[in-house]
Order: sequence, then C-alpha cells, then structure tokens
Amino acid sequence: MVSVAELGTAKKNTWCPGCGNFAVLQAFKSVVSRLGLEPWEVVVVTGIGCHGKIGDYLALNSFHTIHGRVLPLATGIKLANPRLTVVGFAGDGDAYAIGIGHLPHAARRNVDLTYVVHDNKVFGLTTGQATPTTPLGMRTRSTPFGTPEEPINPIAAVLAMGATFVARAFSGDLRHLEEVLERALRHRGFAFVDVLQPCYTFYDTYGYYRERVYKLEDDGHDPSDWNEAMRRAREEEVTGGERIPIGVFYQVDRPTLLDRLPHLSGVPLVDRPPRVDVAGLLERFR
Amino acid sequence: MTAQASRLAEGGRWDIITANHAVAHAARLARVQVVPAYPITPQTTIVEYLADFIERGELDARYIRVESEHSAMAAAIGASTVGARAFTATASQGLLLMHEVLHWAVGARLPIGMAVVNRAVGPPWSIHVDHQDAISQRDTGWLQLFVSSNQEALDSVLMMYKVAESPDVLLPFMVCLDGFVLSHTYAPVNIPDQGDVDSFLPPYDPPHWRMDPDAPITYGNLVMPDQLYMEMRWSIDRASRAAKDRLKEISTEFAEKFGRYHGSAIYERWSQDSDYLMVASGTLASEAEVAIEELRREGESVGLVKIRLYRPFPGEEITELAAGKKGIIVVDRSVSFGHGGPLASDLRASLYHAEDRPPVVGFIAGLGGRDVRVRDLKAIFRSAKRKISEGVDRVSYWYGLKVREVGE
Ligand SMILES: Cc1ncc(C[n+]2csc(CCOP(=O)(O)OP(=O)(O)O)c2C)c(N)n1
Ligand code: SF4
Ligand SMILES: [Mg+2]
Repeated sequence: MVSVAELGTAKKNTWCPGCGNFAVLQAFKSVVSRLGLEPWEVVVVTGIGCHGKIGDYLALNSFHTIHGRVLPLATGIKLANPRLTVVGFAGDGDAYAIGIGHLPHAARRNVDLTYVVHDNKVFGLTTGQATPTTPLGMRTRSTPFGTPEEPINPIAAVLAMGATFVARAFSGDLRHLEEVLERALRHRGFAFVDVLQPCYTFYDTYGYYRERVYKLEDDGHDPSDWNEAMRRAREEEVTGGERIPIGVFYQVDRPTLLDRLPHLSGVPLVDRPPRVDVAGLLERFR
Repeated sequence: MTAQASRLAEGGRWDIITANHAVAHAARLARVQVVPAYPITPQTTIVEYLADFIERGELDARYIRVESEHSAMAAAIGASTVGARAFTATASQGLLLMHEVLHWAVGARLPIGMAVVNRAVGPPWSIHVDHQDAISQRDTGWLQLFVSSNQEALDSVLMMYKVAESPDVLLPFMVCLDGFVLSHTYAPVNIPDQGDVDSFLPPYDPPHWRMDPDAPITYGNLVMPDQLYMEMRWSIDRASRAAKDRLKEISTEFAEKFGRYHGSAIYERWSQDSDYLMVASGTLASEAEVAIEELRREGESVGLVKIRLYRPFPGEEITELAAGKKGIIVVDRSVSFGHGGPLASDLRASLYHAEDRPPVVGFIAGLGGRDVRVRDLKAIFRSAKRKISEGVDRVSYWYGLKVREVGE
C-alpha cells in the first residue's frame, strides 16, 4: 500500500493558489492509498489544460495525451491490460468541446475505467474563454459581451448516453469528493464524475456552489432509479440555480466491454505472445 | 520602391502592437465576414481581438465559438461556399487537427484566410516556435507564406486575400508567423486606413461557384477514375503556380499604394554580389540577415534569400539567383524525418536541372523554440563553407544538439 505522501512528486506545482484542481489531486491520492492500490497498478490519462498537469504531481504512471483524447487512450490501455486501474482526468473544454465525440461511445461500451472532468466552466490554460458549460450570458475573453450559447448539462447527457455510473462532486467539499471518487473507482464499468470546481483566476465559483449544493445521499435519492436521476440532473436548470445536487445520481451493474469479448478474457493482451503464427492457416490456400 | 516608401507611408495610423494584434487588424480591414474560433496558445489573442472588434461593432462579422479546430475549418468552408470572406487562426496541434478539412478547402477551391502562429508539435509538449506545424501541411494545396515582422504579418494577410481570390487562383492561404517571437512581441506597426484597404481589396465575389438557393448545385460528390478527378487535381496545381505570379503583381501594387514592400515569393539581399547564399524563412531569416551583415563586414561574401512563399515553392526564383554561386546554405526550422530539412530538399530538387548548380548544405536548427542567435548563424555559415570544400554527404545536418550526433 502506498501513502498519500508517497504519491506526491517533487515537481513544482504551477496551479494558481485557490484552484479547484488541488482538491481533486488530494482526493485522488487519498483514494488510491485507501483502496490499497500500488502506484504501478494505476495509470492516469490526462487531457490538455491546467487539469492536465495533475500527472506531473502524481508518482504513478501517467500519460498526458492530446486535447480531447483521454477516453480513446484510456480505453486502449484498459483493453490491453485489464489488470491496471485506469483513471482519466479531463477538463470541461477537453471533455465537452473538442473531445465530446468520445463520450457516448465510452458510456455505451462500458469499459471499466473512471473519467473525472474538472468542470471549471472555462478554458483555464488558454486564459479563460467560454466552454460548452459556461453559463449563458457570461463574459469571458472570447465573449466580451456575454456568451450567447446555452450550456450543456453533462450529467443529463451522460445519463442519456447509457453510462453505468454517473456522479457529481464539488471541489469545495473534499471529504465528499473523496467518497464519490472512491465509489467511482470501485465501480465495475465506465464511471463518470463531473467535478464542479472554480477556476480561481478566471471564474471563481466557490461562493456560488457553496450556497447551493446539497448531497443526494442526504436527500433520500435512490441511485438505481434512472428517471429520478434524470430529474435531479435537471434540478439546477429547473430551480434557476437554487439547488445543485452532488453525489451519485445513478449506478447500475452491466457487463463491461471485456465481459462481452470472450476472446479477450483470460490472459491479458499484454501477456500474450506478440506474434501468432498464421502459416498453418494459410496452408490450405496454397 | 524605397523612394515611394518614404513618400507614402504617411497614411494610416501608427501603433505599438503585437503581431497577433496586427493580424486581427488585418482581418478587420479585410472586412472578413465569418470568424470561427477555437483557442490555442500562441494564437488565442488573435481571435480574442477579433471577438472584441466584432462585439464593439468595429467589424461586421459573425463569430462562431466552435468546439474544435476541425469544426473551425469546416465552418469556414461552409461560410466560404455561400460567398462570405472567412478567416480563422490556429497553431500547432490545432492545425494538425484541421488537416483533413484543409484538403477539403482546397478541393472545393475556397479562398479562406488563416493565420498560423507557428509552434512546435507534441509530444513532448512545447508552446515555442518551430515550423513543423505549417510544413506538415505543405501538400494540402494551401498557399503558405511565412512572415518575419509584425508589419509584414498585417500587410501579408491583406495581400494574400487578394492573391487567393484571384480568378485564376481560388485557393485558401495561410500566413505563418513565429509564435511568441512575433505573436507576443510589440513593435511599431502602421495600420492602414479602411478606405485605402477597401480600394485595394474589393469584397469577395466568387467567380466560380457558390451555394445559392436560386441556382442549386451539389458539391463534393463521388467521381469515378475515368471522370475528372485527376483534371481537378491538375487545375489545383496550375492555380498554385499562378498564385506566385499574382503575388508578384499584388506586392508591387501594395507597395505603390501603401509604400511598403516585403518581397514577393522571396526577399533577397546582397544576392548579386556574393559567392554564397543563406536561405531561411520566418524570423530565423531576419536573424540571418543580421548575421550576414556581420559576416560581410568580416570579409565574407554571402547574401540572403528569405523564403516567404513556401507553397507554391519559389524554385525558379532561387535557381536564377543560385547561378554561379559557390554554395547555398539552407537553415530549416522543421524536419522531414528520414530526409532532412524540407526547405533544403525542395531547394535541391529545384536546382537539379540548372546547368551551373552549386552545392547545397542544409541545417536543422531552432526546433521547439531553441534560440538561434546571430553567432549560431555565423557558426552555421562557417561550418557550411568547410562542408562544401570537404563534400556534403547528407540533406541536412543538425545544428546545436546537446548530444553529439552519431557519426558526426
Ligand atoms: C487540438 C488543440 N486545440 C487547442 C489546444 C489549446 N488548448 C490547450 S488547453 C486548452 C483548453 C483547456 O480547457 P479545459 O479542457 O477546460 O482545461 P482547464 O485548463 O480549464 O483545466 C486549449 C484549448 C490544444 N492543445 N490542442
Ligand atoms: S487558471 Fe484557473 S484552472 Fe488554471 S490553474 Fe489557475 S485557477 Fe486553476
Ligand atoms: Mg476548464
């Protein structure tokens, strides 16, 4: 087992003080430690953005991929070596703008991996432009007079896409964030976690969320009820932002992609001999 | 030209701005009508300035905050097919993601304008300048022009729209400017008056095709090998060649109107009276100009050729200047893995048929933003002279590696 301290690196952290990314990093380290995972059993795949630097601060395998491509990469890793615990970290720009095409497919394939979206509602690293989750009318560097586009609702979207684990957390509640992440990592299948977090420099939402979030667990929500999950997913819109639920919206057991590919079960691909001799098979075509 | 320069540079207004700001002004002055935008360092401020111009009412255009660069180019294509002047800007990974759609813009013959703020490509991640992003698009058919000053960036966008929209060209163009070295560096820039630009660059009026509900057409269908696919490809190649002639005329016209001349397909200095020529593009070429000035003071006989237009390639122009030289030194800021520097190999191929063909020595330098200083370029020149006398045995040599090149 590895301790939280051992999971840190000596790399100088360049996130702005107050950034929501710190909480995600801290929570993830404690969950890895709590689950008794060894660093070499975990692979982290990160997108491009401020969040993507999380790999620099974790003493385990990490792959800083190209913008928007966390899911295909994580899928490839998991299919080739199912012994690994694969966790993707993406930004809202990364996951919901350039990379959204991968999301429905990850959800319906149900590959056993966790996907954490650092949803700060701006392109942080490129200095605060509007993303697909930026609220209507917000002024940013790319929308000096307010964004004219409706934001998407990631929870509702991913529920509709057929994901088997759909959750939301808030970086301002570290204990709860840890609980949600732990459940996501324990889930067998595609686990999706949208983390509401401030970009302290370009969009500080600490106060906004703190006043509005409530925990689904405390409110008698039954995570096996998809319809109720969908109703709760729309609660922020319906109440005009009064109530924002966090916690696990939905969780269901369903065979993973590997379960449905019998030829891939058993010995992981990485342990199989690299070459198959097809000469014998070709013989009959001579 | 210089006499005119001093007489006419009175017009416009002076400001101290970055090249990205200058490019945004150029797009505004060109009255672009649609701007699809996706942020990427070091391009982002171009599209931010444009968002600002539009929202302040200084530019009458539609701004689309697209979800990726692939979509940015697709939206530009859509806009251009209905006859709008479209503009976007990108860099590095964003340009790479556009690749498929870049080909489409050419095949559809749409004179879209784009600024490419040159940046190295990953992995490993680097936000600093080299030309790998743009050079990797060289076979798409886009007209590619490299600039080396903030003023040249502004002026080139205006000139290239006129070139691209010429009836015998009708191809998209990219104006390439070095990340940070130009994009984020302040310099005095003359911003022309709108009226002068309007009289230089008329509104885009597609002479070939446009999506028009009153005259419906279908574009992009399947063609069989015995139909006109190959002829359409040939016409793109011909149009690309024509662009070089148009640029020559249009740069002269621009100089007469605005008093500034940055060269045409190439910019040259001291090329007539020197034994050697040094060839490069972008800010590396400006650095070479300073190095060459020093070398000449030290008694070396060397001139400068700045490749501005990379596609179409100025092979004839360089061949003409190369006649009778003792050697040509080419410095590339990108690499065609397995075959040295792209400028060096293109240039060598162009010289092949020349009767009096000087040796060409290529160098690869400044990748991932590694600084190439005047003293480096002087060292490159001296090393090239040695190599020419001893014999050149490869397309390009790597300059300034922190590890010794194997076999070097
Ligand atoms: C193909 C491509 N386009 C654009 C970029 C530039 N880019 C780098 S980070 C980023 C935005 C990141 O925003 P988000 O995913 O929300 O992450 P955050 O910085 O907010 O954590 C962009 C657009 C890129 N690296 N690659
Ligand atoms: S810019 Fe925003 S997202 Fe990026 S490190 Fe700073 S606070 Fe965090
Ligand atoms: Mg973000």
